[in-house]
Amino acid sequence: MATHTTEGRPWTFYALAGIFTLFVMFLYGPMACVYILSFQGPNGGLTFPLNGVSTHWFGALFRQERTGDIAGAFSRSVPLAIIVLTLTVILSLAAGLAFRRRFLGAGLIFYVAIASLIVPGLVLSVGIGLAFQMLGIPPRWYSSALGAHLSWTLPFGLLIMFAIFSRLSRSYEEAARDLGASTWQSLCYVVIPIVLPGIIGVALFGFTLSYDEFPRSWLTVGPNNTLPLEIWAMTTNITSPALYALGTVTTVISFVVIAVALTSIAMIQSHRSRQRLARERAMRAGS
Amino acid sequence: MHQPGEVDLVNCAKSFGETLAVDGINLKIPAGTYCCLLGPSGCGKTTILRMIAGHETPTSGEVRIDGENVVGLPPGRRGTAMMFQDYALFPHLTCVDNVAFNLKASGVPKPKRREQAHEMLARVQMAAFADRVPAQLSGGQKQRIALARALITNPRVLLLDEPLSALDEFLRLQMRGELRRMQRDLGITFVHVTHTQPEAIALADLVVVMDHGHIEQAASAQDVYTKPLTAYVARFMGGQNVLAGRVSAVFNGVVVLDLPERGRVEFAAIDPVPRTGATVHISVRRDRIHLAKQTVGERVNALSGRVRAIEYQGAWVKVTLEGAGGEDFVVNLPDSEFFADPVNFGDAVRAHWSAGDVHPLSGGAGRTDRPYASGQN
Repeated sequence: MATHTTEGRPWTFYALAGIFTLFVMFLYGPMACVYILSFQGPNGGLTFPLNGVSTHWFGALFRQERTGDIAGAFSRSVPLAIIVLTLTVILSLAAGLAFRRRFLGAGLIFYVAIASLIVPGLVLSVGIGLAFQMLGIPPRWYSSALGAHLSWTLPFGLLIMFAIFSRLSRSYEEAARDLGASTWQSLCYVVIPIVLPGIIGVALFGFTLSYDEFPRSWLTVGPNNTLPLEIWAMTTNITSPALYALGTVTTVISFVVIAVALTSIAMIQSHRSRQRLARERAMRAGS
Repeated sequence: MHQPGEVDLVNCAKSFGETLAVDGINLKIPAGTYCCLLGPSGCGKTTILRMIAGHETPTSGEVRIDGENVVGLPPGRRGTAMMFQDYALFPHLTCVDNVAFNLKASGVPKPKRREQAHEMLARVQMAAFADRVPAQLSGGQKQRIALARALITNPRVLLLDEPLSALDEFLRLQMRGELRRMQRDLGITFVHVTHTQPEAIALADLVVVMDHGHIEQAASAQDVYTKPLTAYVARFMGGQNVLAGRVSAVFNGVVVLDLPERGRVEFAAIDPVPRTGATVHISVRRDRIHLAKQTVGERVNALSGRVRAIEYQGAWVKVTLEGAGGEDFVVNLPDSEFFADPVNFGDAVRAHWSAGDVHPLSGGAGRTDRPYASGQN
């Protein structure tokens, strides 16, 4: 029973708001420092204060040979992330569909798939590296590293797909079959369009998890580094704000990927509703 | 234009693991019939519908449509169309594309299938909603779209899974009338699953009363209501009082039944004539009973009790008597008869009826004795 009649918020509101503010500061503050310092003047150092403002270090990123093979690492990380994204979407969609029916060993397979989330990434990386060495197969970003990344993205994709499919009423597929659709038509015309937002979510996860993955890439990429490994290598041998510039550039790329995905969803939706409005208007004019 | 289909279930059974949902039923639904499968939830009626549709495969037995065993055929090739309980309209498609879905699946080009879908929408008075998506529709509108989407397949048999249960009372009555009209116009077979007794008798040519995977009675609405086969059917259909007693004598074509602590019932002998000492169930319609305020008098085809509840229903008044140790006995009096000499709560009264209104339940108690009534003699 509330004894006070004022409309004020309870003290817990302020306490929780304070904790949340600290959390946000902790989350974005350090990153903001990196982004700001990446615009350090040409004569500035690795720490505050800023000695002028310039985009000098962004240029240095691509000029200086000793910063490492950023362009090369980038040309491996992006295709790798795209392959991981594609495989994750296809496999987790297929697995999601398979797990809709009960089959023998479903529980076991599920736990085996999920267990690789628990295995420490570095251990997995060492294991895959060793296995490839034993088999005499040279590790490469497109073979061993791809496998290592999938061991990380697939369980995530699977869990998201399960959540999506658990909300998808079975009667949609039954209705499609009832209306004469083949299994394939039911999948393409009904199931995939309905779960499309979830599939885009899985794709984003697949891309970003692979694109930033460090531990699982460590001993599996072979002679040529992916971007996170290249950045790590750079931190040990270069000490210029070019490092910060690199952080800013890679973050921007991640954001661009997400923004492209989200705007494409929004565009599809607004396109659909515009079409609908246009048709409604045409029909009103016609009648 | 539309060809009605005959549905014939032959020894059809379905079990889910250990549970027997449908226990070897035989049912013939003649072409062009409006058939209602009626029963409480879990009685197997939806499973039967889904086996006819092809969404469930019988564990044993056959499902025949126009004489052809369709077990194993995909749902789209049976000449059936199903309207799902939640309508299952595709949320990403507009109404016209939902309705055109069957044509799309069979490869009809877009302009042609849209044109046909628009015609079908006009038939269900939904032409103005062609470009809406299902989320923008009310329950009744969704149902019309679902109906149009099913009918565009030119089905011989339309299967409806509790089609009215999601609607409010007013809409339910309206759609009920429309379904019946639609079935008459199309002339095709409708199989409609419901748990609502008034819905079944208002709509159906053939009412199939089910319980625990069995058919208790399959007959016309009038027969199921006025001549229930078992105590279960009588209770489920409502409007009846069920009494059980022991046969004390049979003479001159009259059976005398002793009701424990409740008096005696006499009725014209049935075939086969029950043996003395046998337990017989009878039913008496609530609206064929009269009330007398004096408790003394004729004890045959009469029963005394205290008034436990009085409910005014408009055209009639429902008077519930508390019987001696038995289940409640309900009398529906026409309002004029009730108000001419009203009874009150707690009054001791005598209900009486004529021997001609006693209906012996030849099927006995039924498989599950009494699903809804409480207390047992």
